[in-house]
Amino acid sequence: MSDISAAQAASAPEPTGAPEETPGSNRTLWGDVRYELVRNPVFWFSAVLVAVILVMSFFPQLFASTSPNTRGACQLENARAKPTWDKPFGYTNAGCDMWSSLIYGTSKSVIVAILVTAGTVVLGVASGTAAGWFGGFTDTVISRITDVFFGLPFILGALVFLAIFPTRNILTISIVLTVFGWTSLTRVMRGSVIATKQSDFVDAARALGATDLFIIRKHILANSIAPVIVLATIGLGAYISAEATLTFLGVGYQRPTVSWGLLVSEGQTLATAGFWHLLVYPSSFIVVTVLAFILLGDVLRDALDPRSR
Amino acid sequence: MGRYVARRLIQFLPVILGTLFLLHILSVLTIQIVGDPVRALFGENAPPDAVIQQLQSQYGLDDPCLETTGNPCVGMFVDRLGQYAQGDFGVNFRGRPVMEMFLERMPVTARMALIAILFETVVGIFLGVLAGLRKDKFIDNFVRFSTVLLIAFPVFVFGSLALLFVGLKLGLYLRNSEWAPEWLGQMFNVGYNPDYPWLSLMLPGLVLGSFSLAAIARLTRTSLIENLRSDYVRTARAKGLTTSRTVGIHTLRNSLIPVVTYIGIDIGLLLGGSLVTEGIFNVPGVGQLVFLAIQANDTPVIIGVVTILTVVFLIANLIVDILYAALDPRIRYE
Amino acid sequence: MTETKTDVSTGPRKSPLSGVAFDPSAPLLEVEDLRVEFHTRDGIAKAVNGVSFAVGEGETLGILGESGCGKSVTAQAIMGILDTPPARVAGGQVRYRGVDLLAMQESTRRHVRANKIAMIFQDALSSLNPVFTVGWQLGELFRKHQGASRKEAKAKAIEMLELVGIPAAASRVNDFPHQFSGGMRQRVMIAMALSLKPDVIIADEPTTALDVTVQAQVMQLLADLQQEMKLGLILITHDMGVVADVADKICVMYAGNAVEQADVYQIYENPAHPYTKALLESIPRVDQKGQELTVIKGLPPALVDPPPGCAFHPRCTFARDRCKTDKPELYPVPGGRSSACHYWEEVIGT
Repeated sequence: MSDISAAQAASAPEPTGAPEETPGSNRTLWGDVRYELVRNPVFWFSAVLVAVILVMSFFPQLFASTSPNTRGACQLENARAKPTWDKPFGYTNAGCDMWSSLIYGTSKSVIVAILVTAGTVVLGVASGTAAGWFGGFTDTVISRITDVFFGLPFILGALVFLAIFPTRNILTISIVLTVFGWTSLTRVMRGSVIATKQSDFVDAARALGATDLFIIRKHILANSIAPVIVLATIGLGAYISAEATLTFLGVGYQRPTVSWGLLVSEGQTLATAGFWHLLVYPSSFIVVTVLAFILLGDVLRDALDPRSR
Repeated sequence: MGRYVARRLIQFLPVILGTLFLLHILSVLTIQIVGDPVRALFGENAPPDAVIQQLQSQYGLDDPCLETTGNPCVGMFVDRLGQYAQGDFGVNFRGRPVMEMFLERMPVTARMALIAILFETVVGIFLGVLAGLRKDKFIDNFVRFSTVLLIAFPVFVFGSLALLFVGLKLGLYLRNSEWAPEWLGQMFNVGYNPDYPWLSLMLPGLVLGSFSLAAIARLTRTSLIENLRSDYVRTARAKGLTTSRTVGIHTLRNSLIPVVTYIGIDIGLLLGGSLVTEGIFNVPGVGQLVFLAIQANDTPVIIGVVTILTVVFLIANLIVDILYAALDPRIRYE
Repeated sequence: MTETKTDVSTGPRKSPLSGVAFDPSAPLLEVEDLRVEFHTRDGIAKAVNGVSFAVGEGETLGILGESGCGKSVTAQAIMGILDTPPARVAGGQVRYRGVDLLAMQESTRRHVRANKIAMIFQDALSSLNPVFTVGWQLGELFRKHQGASRKEAKAKAIEMLELVGIPAAASRVNDFPHQFSGGMRQRVMIAMALSLKPDVIIADEPTTALDVTVQAQVMQLLADLQQEMKLGLILITHDMGVVADVADKICVMYAGNAVEQADVYQIYENPAHPYTKALLESIPRVDQKGQELTVIKGLPPALVDPPPGCAFHPRCTFARDRCKTDKPELYPVPGGRSSACHYWEEVIGT
């Protein structure tokens, strides 16, 4: 199970040697980043995969003809049917087509992850910037709050909340995950802002009469945003994993929602009885999806790492 | 060093109080929004009010502050703290003290966690060092590839697949075969066997530690590569020291510092992960206690065990922080 | 000073260098036609292009030049601590007492380091290991090279700290590098270099990171110790003020080449190379207050695929057509000096 900060800590940056000289003299930060990324096959692999997954979440009908949610799509007589040549994915425990179940389940997991990432980024960037920029009392308060949240292991905290809360849909799950995940970005952002704040160009901007908000917007955010982008991407993968885990534990999506976590949960108990496809296919979807985001985040991190400039 | 320890201890107290308060607010807020879990337990067949009230007071849910949403119920929190100090973390819906159940199951989980930690640190650091020393060669690419793949597996997926393919298919084969010794078969057992308290926890322990193994390997690798490029390595070489000493002593000590920091986070992962692993492998530990409580909607147990685990987590982090200062002398004087 | 048993009481020990035929009558350190290349993704960079110099006992050679001219690479090549790959020593000899170090096996050469030739680095904070005490790092030399016990090594470490003027050495020996001030840290580095009583010290910009007053103290310490121990000192710097005080001879480097060699008075009174001349003219002077500073126009050349001819010619006020095509060798100049300029007579004349 991937706790967010752990997944982010796990994918540490790749130390490279001497920087590559790009042809031509016009080098901007983002130009450099683009140049490095475009030449990296892993980037293309993961980016394409992520794109496919995103399309799958919003337009599942492009990948599977019938939704398992439509009337009559699932027939109990087909329950647990093993894969055959014309139905290579077999049927789920409820008698639905495995392939369409997995396709239509994509949005449940991915959209939660997107919402949570968006929420944690907004909260994390805002609180981290405030703590780093203003320092003093604001910093102390925000840092203490962050410490308190860090003291509660992610899964355990989310668990308690969701266990008591009866309605579990996209919105509630997203809110809970955001509540427990926002602090992971705060610390990073705070550190980044503190480091940038001490740069000479900030003093120069001040000397030219720039207001705080202007400096923050134009200079601080631009320079500190790189680690946030990386962590957010990796975090997306981690939140997909977290949601699936919570669903597996029974506090996420409930039956009869079609979700990957539930499919694995069913598969786990039934696979030992010989229905291996009930476990393997949903597992593969989860792993490939999480892998796509983590790889993308990794690749972005290497490209954005200032040490390889 | 002593002053650092004292400072950390002083910082520890407000954090643990704060986190417990956070937990408290969460549960209180939810109860205020959602309604009384005791009533919810009975659903349609509500017993007479007297019974309900008695149950409510038994579970500490009879405070009037629970009627108004948004009331932080500080009084209730203070009472709870008093109970925690005495080791009372509530009772389950059948009246059994949570602490008792916890203590009963704790040794199993502790064994499993120990296996996980030993596995992930020893193998993780070893692979990381190997990959770092042979950067861009085959072993390095292999380690990078396999670790990122391992990280992509949520514990419950990895555990389920491991149970199926290793525990069942391989394990059964080993257990039924003539040539495999008993202990080998038990190592790949699908469930806890009290006759083999350590061996039968091997598979769940390895599963539990697999994510962190990948993380530690990557962290060690990156850290080692960075440290190999640092100035003090150049100085060590100028001092005429052998390469093995330069790497093995000078660099390694510095490279392990981020790994120790990670282990602090890791303990939280292990606690959460044990829920999943014990659920899948049917291990009678603390995680399974929570797992079953979720299925039975036994809220006091969930809250009680999570509270205990949080305290454990915070204490473990405190120890890790002190260990970190022992490794990195620069921290001691911050 | 050759390798006899030192004052460590561990009984007679066969030195690992006992098999090497050092010639006590040969010059202390001679570098001849040293060439070092770096293999980069953009091509082969010629970082050091045939540099030669010599240092004798009690003598200080200053290697002067701007960043990137190859002076540090030269020093590290002498020590044998370059990262190979991407670096590669492509030719030349480095003779210590007549024995070419470049031709030595690494297992033997390792013992030359710190025992015979030692090095001091620029940034003591990053050059010292942050997680070990200063005493441990000093003691390591005695433990690993002389088989000293921990106690003996610590005692020697305290001795060395006292030698370099660190107060309360007995307690400071247990401190970590970050607990020292910049100047004290640099003294620790000096102590480390001198521990095994080498004959040659290479100091790579030892004072660049320090305040001016501390600079003076550290340089004075180095000079005193050198006198006492009859060391050969190679001082690498870009600071003309520092080198004027301390050096006996100077070798000026530019873009990997040695462009002028002379003794210190000759260089300052009458430089024989346009680059040296321009360097001296660019030093700000108090009596020039209010006037524009003299700069050397342009930038140093790329080390990969350098342009033909003299490396300095694009920036040189004496440049002629010949300079664009003919790479100058080191012409001998009367007075025991040399200059890599076709028109050195003109340069001296003006």
